[in-house]
Formats: sequence, structure tokens, C-alpha cells
Amino acid sequence: MLEIKNLHARIVDDGTEIIRGLNLTVKAGEVAAIMGPNGSGKSTLSYILAGREDYEVTEGDILYNGQSILEMDPAERATSGIFLAFQYPMEIPGVATMEFLKVAMNEQRKARGEEPLKIPEFLKRVKDAAALLDMDMAMLKRPLNVGFSGGEKKRAEILQMKLLEPKLCVLDETDSGLDIDALKIVSEGVNALRAPDRAIVIITHYQRLLQYIVPDSVHVLYRGQVVKSGDKSLALDLEANGYAGVIGQAA
Amino acid sequence: MNIHTTPQRTPAETALIDAFSDRLSLLPGDGTVMLKRDDAIEAIKSGLPTRRIESWHYTDLRRLLTSVPDFDPTAAAKAIAPVVEGSAVLPVLNGVSSAKLPDIEGIAVQRLSEKLTDGSIAPGLDPYGADDAIGALNTAFVADGYFVDIADGAELDKPIELQNLQAGGQTHVRLAVRVGSGAKAVIVERQTGEGAALVSSVSQLLLGEGAEVTWLIVQEQPDTATHLAQFKAHLGKNSKLTLFVMNAGGKLVRQEIVVRTTGEGADFTLRGINLLAGDTHTDVTMVLDHAVPHTASTEVIRNVVTGRARGVFQGRINVHQYAQKTNAKMACNTLLLSDDGEFSTKPELEIFADDVVCGHGATVTEIDHSHLFYLMARGIDEKSARGLLVKAFVAEVIEELDDEAIVEALETRLDGWFAAHG
Repeated sequence: MLEIKNLHARIVDDGTEIIRGLNLTVKAGEVAAIMGPNGSGKSTLSYILAGREDYEVTEGDILYNGQSILEMDPAERATSGIFLAFQYPMEIPGVATMEFLKVAMNEQRKARGEEPLKIPEFLKRVKDAAALLDMDMAMLKRPLNVGFSGGEKKRAEILQMKLLEPKLCVLDETDSGLDIDALKIVSEGVNALRAPDRAIVIITHYQRLLQYIVPDSVHVLYRGQVVKSGDKSLALDLEANGYAGVIGQAA
Repeated sequence: MNIHTTPQRTPAETALIDAFSDRLSLLPGDGTVMLKRDDAIEAIKSGLPTRRIESWHYTDLRRLLTSVPDFDPTAAAKAIAPVVEGSAVLPVLNGVSSAKLPDIEGIAVQRLSEKLTDGSIAPGLDPYGADDAIGALNTAFVADGYFVDIADGAELDKPIELQNLQAGGQTHVRLAVRVGSGAKAVIVERQTGEGAALVSSVSQLLLGEGAEVTWLIVQEQPDTATHLAQFKAHLGKNSKLTLFVMNAGGKLVRQEIVVRTTGEGADFTLRGINLLAGDTHTDVTMVLDHAVPHTASTEVIRNVVTGRARGVFQGRINVHQYAQKTNAKMACNTLLLSDDGEFSTKPELEIFADDVVCGHGATVTEIDHSHLFYLMARGIDEKSARGLLVKAFVAEVIEELDDEAIVEALETRLDGWFAAHG
């Protein structure tokens, strides 16, 4: 489903190269974890997948279902089924959360040639998803993410993911800022989305989240490259011995 | 040797002076009113204000007012549906008030022409300062409007909409409202129409002790109209005024706001949005006097500038020497969406008291790219995402009004503007 081939990318503003020849393949139905120390390029990778303009791909390609996505803008990527759950979701004053959800869902439906959702059906879907994530509907009446706690923002991201039903989910440090109860709820929300036709890429610093969302593959990112790949036992190994061993082998 | 030159009159100045001679016999007023009209036309004869006059620096009226249409007494205007559903409407159609006055409990309504004829409105016709060109224009020509008296303790359950509908030509209207002590009201001042017009409209508001008023100015003139307006208010003890101004039209617009706190504990809130498009000029100028101790004010103006539009906000806060414990805060934020648009903002704080909290800030920004990315990353295309963010920028100010019916009504106006100019 996702094939990243010899990807090189830099920050547009200052030309700093962050991703330096990254290769990664994730199949439909797979849950892949990307781990790595701070500054290894994890978040940058998530932004590049979503199409943020601050980064420029200088070499290599990203194929999604066999098609390059490099020329697609963020909205086109999203409507084609790519979803990024942000590490730091933006607070957008003046945009009501419910209005935002409605517009986003209907824009995606429009792009797929579907009719806009009727209001009762829309409300039902939001209510059901919110209940599953233990979210208060009153929160959704507020402006988008404004005044939400760190945990509430993360839940709101998963709520959006659930409602938009993407095919490729990228979760950037979704566990950061969550207490253990919230972590369980969010993980259950993600696990419920596991499906044979859907791939999930989990970017995380710690192994903690992977106790709840058990990955099929684990990849270690260091200096903009995948330096080691393995199964879930690799995450446990990293937790026990730190990144030094793996990085040492790579260096 | 001194060479003294009087600048040649512009066509607009000449047209105004000629129109005054033509109209004089038709203008209502007792002796005092007519004397004030004479003073006012003398002020106009000495010339419309130019950029050399500080309060008109960004709006050179003499240069910008290129033509003045004739009066057109035959033009017809029809009352329209109010902004907030269920409001009691007092229409002024092509400058003429309605002879049929509504019967609303707690309110006495009079046609302003009567108040001019009997001279009882005369004190309100004085200019507020040396450069009060809008006051002078209006005093010279005003023929009608309304005087609304809201009884002490009256709590109106529905808004009153003062509807000033021009139909081309000239209209000069005055809307005066007295709110009795402890009374509560929502008043909508609607300024719109369909013609190539010159409109002057002066609103006067007197708030009694403990009175609470929300006053909404909804200005949606066509881009063929010059709209020169003034809102003057005196705030009595412990009274509360929330003034909301929405400018969403007009070719040349100046909205002056002249507010004075006259009683301790008075509270003034100004929220304004200017939606500017095309080749237009819109100026909001506020002069606020904190004249007594323990009064508070906040002002937030949000501007969206597109096309070749030019906008101005001048906010002057005078804190008098005696006005200790004044708390005043002013902000002007502009979203500049085109290379050819411009916005000038000039905050002025003149503080003579030593124990006050006063602040001001101004920002000019483009759309926040990280916000845009976030919305697009959810599948919202760039145009729609920009639209959402621009609307959000101004909707935030509307939502502060905290009254569902009003917020909804104003957002409908907002959607209308974006649909026409998005």
C-alpha cells in the first residue's frame, strides 16, 4: 500500500536535509511502528506523507497504491485516503469543531463522488464515534481544538480518523501527553480501525503504546534512514537496551 | 507680502452648497434648528476636510467625494426583512420615516421631522468637534428619522430595527434613542439600499443609569453609495453598551463612533468587522472619552481586505485627568488577502489620569499556513479551507456577542458576503 523508495527531503527554508535515503514498505492490513531517537526524522516523515509544503523531496519517491503522491496537495492526499493524526493538532479559533467535521467528511465524500451526509446521519456517526472514545459532545461544540487538553486533542484526532475512514493512517506520537486511561481508550480506538484493506503507521518514541497497539513490523529510524527492521520483539529489545545498540550497528 | 488663497471649490462642494439653497424651503425646523443648519452649511462652505486635518488624514474626503447626486424625491424604497427575525422594524424609506408608528409596550416613537419642527432635537445637532464634517452635513440637510424613547425599566423582548433604506440620490437621516434607567434593549441599525447615493446618517444614544443596550450597525450599501455615518453615545452610571459594527459594502464609507462615559461604572464594548472588497474605501474612526472614574472599555476590530480595497481604523481613547481606575483595551487585527489591498490603523491613547490600565495592539497577517495545512490534511480543498479560516477570523468576534439569535443572524450576513466575494 505504501512504498517509500530512497527518499531524500530537506527543509525548504534553510535547506537542511532531514530524510536521507529512506526505504520503507507497508502492506495493506499491516500495522507498522516507526521508532527512533529524537531528531531522527520521524515527525518530518509524517509531514512529508501528508504533503506539508515546508519540506521538499529532492530524490526518491513515495508510492501509495502504486501511484506517486509527490505532486498531490494535502487535500488530494487526504481525499485519496491518507490521514495524519498530528502530534500537535492546531488550535483554530472561530472554526466550530462540528462544522469542521461536517465540511471535512462531505468534501471527502464529494471527492469520491458520494452525496453529502444528511444532518441526522452525520450527527449519529459523530455521536457513536465520540462515545467509543469517551468524548463529551459538549467539547465538540467548541472551536476546533481550542482549549482542549493534550489528551483531548489526541482523542479528537482519532475521532476524525474514525469518521473519515482513511486507508493509510499515520499516527505521529499519538501517545505523548496521554495518561494511562486515555492511552487505553485511544489504543482501542485505533485497534478498532485495523482492517485487511487498511495500513496503519505508528510513529512513537516509546514502546509503551505498542503494548496496546501490537505492531506487525517495527522500523528504527536514525538520521533520516531506516537502519533496522524487525517484528514486535525489536520494540521490546529497544526498550530494554536503548537505541545505542541498534544505532551502533548501523554506524 | 502674504498671499492668501482660498482653494477652488470641488464639484462636490459646489453641489452640496447649491443643494442646500434648493432644499432650504423644504427642510423642517424651528428657528434654532434653522440657525444650526446655517452654521453647518457655513462649515461646508469653508471646505470639506482634507488629509491635512489629522482626523481625516487617511480619508481625504475632499478628494474622495468626487460627485454628489441630486435629491430624488420620487425614488421608492421598500422595507425589507429584519436582520434578526421577529424584530420590530422602523423603516426610513428614501429619507422619510413612516407615518404609521408601531405600538410597542414601553416604547414611545416619534418621527424625527416633528422633533425638528418643534426644535426639541436642536441640542443634538451641534457638532462634536471642529472637524465634524459628517455632523455638519447631516445637520444641514437632515429631514427625518426617528426618536425612540425606551421607558425606565423596560425590557424589550425583541430587537428594534431602525432601517435606513436609500433609493439613490441623497438621504440625510438621524436616529435618536433614549434608554431609560434599568432598561434593556437590542437595537439594529440597518444601512443599505440600491442606488448611487450619498447618505449621511447620525445616531444618538443616551443610556440612563444601569441601562443595557446591544446596538448592531449592519452596513451593506451597494458599491455605488457613499455612506457617511456617525454614532454618538453617552453612557450613564453603571450602564452597559455593546456596539457591534459590520461594514460589508459601500464605495466610500466613514463610520465615526463617538462615545463618552458620563457615569461611574459605565462599560463600553466595541466589536467591529470590516469586510472590504473591490475598489472601495472604508474608514472606522472612534473617539472614546473616559470622562469619569471607574469605567471600562474594550475594542476589537477585525478586517478582511481583498481586491484593491482600502481600510482605515482610527481609535482614540481620551482618559480624562479625573477618570482614575479606567480600564481600556483596544485591538485591531487585519487579514490582508490581496497584494493591492491596504489597511491603515492608528491607535491613539491620550491619558491624563495616573492610575489606569490602557493598552492597544494591531496586527496585519495573512492566512496561517499551519492552519491551512491542518484543514487541507483533512481533505478540505485549498479554496474552501481558506474560506473557512477567513470566516473564522471574523466569526470569532461575532460569537462573542453570546446571543444565539443575533450570532446566527450576523453569520447569515457574513455568509452572504463571502458568497458574493469569496
